[in-house]
Amino acid sequence: MINIFRPGKYRNGGLILLAFFLILTVNLSASEHTEEAQEHAKKEYNAGESIIEHIIDSYYWHILDWGETAVALPLPIILIDEGKFHFFMSSKFHHGHEAYKGFEIAHDGSNKGKIIKISHDHHGEQEMPLDFSITKNVLALFISLIILVWVFLSIAKAYKKREGQAPKGLQSFLEPLIIFIRDDIAKAAIGEKKYMKFLPYLLTIFFFIFLNNLMGIIPIFPGGANVTGNIGITMVLALFTFIITTINGNKAYWGHIINAPGVPWWLKIPVPLMPIVELIGVFTKPFVLMVRLFANITAGHIIILGFISLIFIFGNMNMAMGYGVSVISVLFAVFMGILELLVAFIQAYVFTLLSAIYFGMAVEEHH
Amino acid sequence: MELVSPGIGLIFWMTLSFGIVLFILAKFAWKPILKSLRDREETIDEALNAANKAREEMKELQFSNEALLKEAKEERDGILRDARKVKESIIEDSKTKANEEANRIVESAKESIQNEKMAAMTDLKNQLATLSIEIAEKILKEELSEDKKQKEYVQKLIDDVKFN
Repeated sequence: MINIFRPGKYRNGGLILLAFFLILTVNLSASEHTEEAQEHAKKEYNAGESIIEHIIDSYYWHILDWGETAVALPLPIILIDEGKFHFFMSSKFHHGHEAYKGFEIAHDGSNKGKIIKISHDHHGEQEMPLDFSITKNVLALFISLIILVWVFLSIAKAYKKREGQAPKGLQSFLEPLIIFIRDDIAKAAIGEKKYMKFLPYLLTIFFFIFLNNLMGIIPIFPGGANVTGNIGITMVLALFTFIITTINGNKAYWGHIINAPGVPWWLKIPVPLMPIVELIGVFTKPFVLMVRLFANITAGHIIILGFISLIFIFGNMNMAMGYGVSVISVLFAVFMGILELLVAFIQAYVFTLLSAIYFGMAVEEHH
Repeated sequence: MELVSPGIGLIFWMTLSFGIVLFILAKFAWKPILKSLRDREETIDEALNAANKAREEMKELQFSNEALLKEAKEERDGILRDARKVKESIIEDSKTKANEEANRIVESAKESIQNEKMAAMTDLKNQLATLSIEIAEKILKEELSEDKKQKEYVQKLIDDVKFN
């Protein structure tokens, strides 16, 4: 391949070189295209499927493929079906190829990828047991929570031990963040008098989201699970915020919803248009929180995986082209990775800030 | 496992574990961390306030020092002024006293001179009288060495007595 390049071409810029390289490899591969097409026809690379596989939950923690064998961590399956507990490791399913104890992983349909009961009626409803399995996301969640507890308990110890002294080590790294959340989020959004009540929750969600966002970017075990890009996780977080807001809502807060000040009376009576809009707003706020975090993190992962997939898509056409595209793909993926780092912080910040603002609205005194 | 349909298992584990972690962190991490942060900030605040206060006190002290110095200077000036006055008055006094003394001495000297003079005069007069008597005696002796003259003189003396 290298012989085809004329030495003079090397004087041109890197991009031109790359373009030539790509064009030449396409021409070169034309002759052997038929052979390769047959070879790859068996396992056609499906980028969409592959990307989704990487960002959704799973009963295995897939670490890497070694030749033809997948190295994956089997995870415990916990099922409750008709009042009975079923507990076994996911390796019993042999990567979804076999059934066990009357359960299998659905290969198609609306429940694809979930555990269903085997039924011989293929057209009927798929029956599902209650699934409390320790999936990849649950395990990643536990790992991140253990890290969180360990880090902050050790920092708390450092604060007790070095009372009144300047922070040191991890303590000095995290103290600016803690003070930032306290002063610029909690104090600013909730107010001097009442922020202390909400501060522990705000600190916890900030560091939880931030840590999981970062761990989601790391591609190898124990990172790589898409915890904050899972709608179940963001739903629970949003629900916590919603419940705390609702419990702490004072008279002024509810009064504002029922009888919004500064709105013409005919928007309230006889058709209570504004109260309905306000009431919907109470629910849309946490809903938006849930979707924003989920969508931002998932979208970032999809883009990075998309760039990486390009390598395999082109690689399937022809090996050399795959190598060629990999240069650009990796550059873009690195760029996206850096952007993701930023997004990891921004989304944690936004979630915390909006939660704080909602708490602030709930406890604000009527002027 | 669809992208947007949350699994009940994950929600269950998330709620449970996140709740527990929230509780643990709130009680054993955030409480001591926030407390010691606040304590440290208060300590720093106090230290700053104390420093400010000390600075102000220093300023005041300097101020009062200056005032004290000024007062002391004034007092010193006053004392000097008084001393000068006293000195002048003492000089004046002693001058007048000396004058008086001198006058007195002069006076007494004059007096004693007068007395001496008087004594001398008296003495002189006495001596003069003695001398005149002696002279008269001698003259008389000389005059009265002749009888005629003695008679004449006695006659004259008798004449004088008659007139008394």
